[in-house]
Amino acid sequence: MSKSNIEEINRNIYDFKNKDEYDFKIKKGLTPEIIEEISNQKNDPDWMREFRLKALETYNKLELPTWGPDLSELNMDEIATYVRPKTSLNNSWDDVPDDIKDTFDKLGIPEAEKTSLAGVGAQYDSEVVYHSMKEDLIKQGVIYTDMETAVREYPEMVKEHFMKCVPVNDHKFVALHGAVWSGGSFVYVPKGIKVEVPLQSYFRLNSPESGQFEHTLIIVDEGASLHFIEGCSAPKYNKVNLHAGCVELYVKDNAYLRYSTIENWSKNMLNLNTKKAIVGKNAKMEWVSGSFGSKISMLYPMSILNGENAKTEFTGISFAGKGQNLDNGFKVVHNAPNTSSLVNAKSISKNGGICTYRSLVRVNEIAKNSKCSVSCESLMLDDISRSDTIPTADVRTDEVEFSHEAKIGKISDKTIFYLMSRGLTEEDAKAMIVRGFAYPISKELPVEYAAEMNNLINLELEGSIG
Amino acid sequence: MSENLLEIKDLYVSAGEKEILKGINLKINKGEIHVIMGPNGSGKSTTANAIFNNPSYKKTNGKIEFCNEDITNLRTDEIARKGVFMSFQLPEEIPGVSVTNFLKYAKNKATGKPVKIFEFKDELKKYMDELNMNPKNMERSLNVGFSGGEKKKNEILQMLVLNPKLAILDETDSGLDVDAIRTVSKGIEMFKNNENGVLIITHNTKILSSLKVDYVHVLVDGKIVKTGTQELAKEIEEKGYSQYK
Repeated sequence: MSKSNIEEINRNIYDFKNKDEYDFKIKKGLTPEIIEEISNQKNDPDWMREFRLKALETYNKLELPTWGPDLSELNMDEIATYVRPKTSLNNSWDDVPDDIKDTFDKLGIPEAEKTSLAGVGAQYDSEVVYHSMKEDLIKQGVIYTDMETAVREYPEMVKEHFMKCVPVNDHKFVALHGAVWSGGSFVYVPKGIKVEVPLQSYFRLNSPESGQFEHTLIIVDEGASLHFIEGCSAPKYNKVNLHAGCVELYVKDNAYLRYSTIENWSKNMLNLNTKKAIVGKNAKMEWVSGSFGSKISMLYPMSILNGENAKTEFTGISFAGKGQNLDNGFKVVHNAPNTSSLVNAKSISKNGGICTYRSLVRVNEIAKNSKCSVSCESLMLDDISRSDTIPTADVRTDEVEFSHEAKIGKISDKTIFYLMSRGLTEEDAKAMIVRGFAYPISKELPVEYAAEMNNLINLELEGSIG
Repeated sequence: MSENLLEIKDLYVSAGEKEILKGINLKINKGEIHVIMGPNGSGKSTTANAIFNNPSYKKTNGKIEFCNEDITNLRTDEIARKGVFMSFQLPEEIPGVSVTNFLKYAKNKATGKPVKIFEFKDELKKYMDELNMNPKNMERSLNVGFSGGEKKKNEILQMLVLNPKLAILDETDSGLDVDAIRTVSKGIEMFKNNENGVLIITHNTKILSSLKVDYVHVLVDGKIVKTGTQELAKEIEEKGYSQYK
């Protein structure tokens, strides 16, 4: 991609906001009555209504995490957990209301759909407003739809998998998610089907003092393959917004799934997202993750390698600026022989931002001849920023190859002088160094996301001098 | 008839508490190759860094003009964009930025015009051929894992691509074998024309045997103690600097 392309992206594209117009906004707070009301509004089947109410009970029993960033500013009495946009699900952009369509236009979604995607879902606040997939995939039996439609039309498949990979009692915000979830994507790729072109869902939260709780459930059946892309953003408001999505991925025997994300939430967002994959025999799960926005992020995608020869890779980058505390990482459980995991995590912090890489590697006794290799590298752009690495390893067999490498660095004045002597301004020089640092990650992203990431880096570094 | 390119007037420069340059005067015209020679610690590299206004060095007196314009207090990048280039003694490594992308970006900044990618790649390939550089280096991260010689050649490559009005070569010949020095000299000859100038900073004379220079300045303890022609370099090669101390 060329530099000029990146510069042409309008810097305001993430922060523009539409009027807070909606069809229905639930009152703030979290009570059984409110959950019942959400369930009514969504026409849930009985099992789902009961599921939600039970999840609320679990939520009330669980404590906030005793580690990681301070979440005490989150007050659920101030958050509206369900906001239905003023439109229903459409399969043509022409039917999406102008201001909402305009939002996704600015984010480049319809354009990407034409050029580089096999299917697109777009969620605005709590509901999916657009969904479409190429005809040939439909013919091959691929299912790609919003979660509500899946609950209605594929109840057996949903019941078998919904919150089984991520159980409701996993932690407090998973329980919250179980109670108030809305929107998200459901994908099923039948046995042996290779989806060559990616599917992408984009989640946009426009409404202030609200939460987004989309549920993504993907099943890649035996021998099938898929690349799924997820994008998120929101405009900035003065009060806290909450994102507590849940992603459950089932990668069956001999299957392949790559899950790419750019999370670019506004800096009033608490991003408490949970993502997990169960990986079968000879299957491979790849995570590619960019975490830029949000005030606080706690995000630790997890692969559970349940089948022999299962493999996983995590490639991720976090970028924390002023007032941001990004506590991200990766978890892997080696639960079968000959499994392997490869982690390449990077972080950039500047202007007082805090990046923490928090990880868990567990190798069970059964996982003989497994391999795990972790590399994390951080770059701090000044003296007031912070970077921590908190790895945990729980290895229960001797027959394992395990390595962990951590590196923390700063940009040297010499390097900046060198680049400035070639005509680059100090800002250009820093941006080039940071883009280079991020390159091993950005090259794994879809092209337009790599461009977006570079653009974000440039935006983040603007005004960072002096 | 010769036109003024660089003029340094009574320049005093300190690094930290220490005064390093103590009244330098130097004038380079278009079409000329100048050499500053001197023992270690005499202030050679400081001169190069001072021209480029490296913030680690402080100018306490004097003035630097480039094409009759005062550049004494311009920022490093502004000076670069006026057409000054410096080949570094120890070039920095930039992981994740390929030689091609770096040079394309820098050329774009230097000229203010978009770079045509195919023409640019052809040009790059031609220069790399001339400099006996491995074409695979084009896609490698800038200077990362390059040998000492590869880094120096890469500096010369940058000089050719950016095509400045004045090229300052700071110890570009140091640590190079005979073949590499010949290649560097060849690069300088390719670059050189009647409209530009070269300032070579060195502590030995090897590079001067394959290059025709116009002036040789001897820098000792922060002062230019003697200026002469190529003959002066030969004299120093034989007798060393001790006579100037």
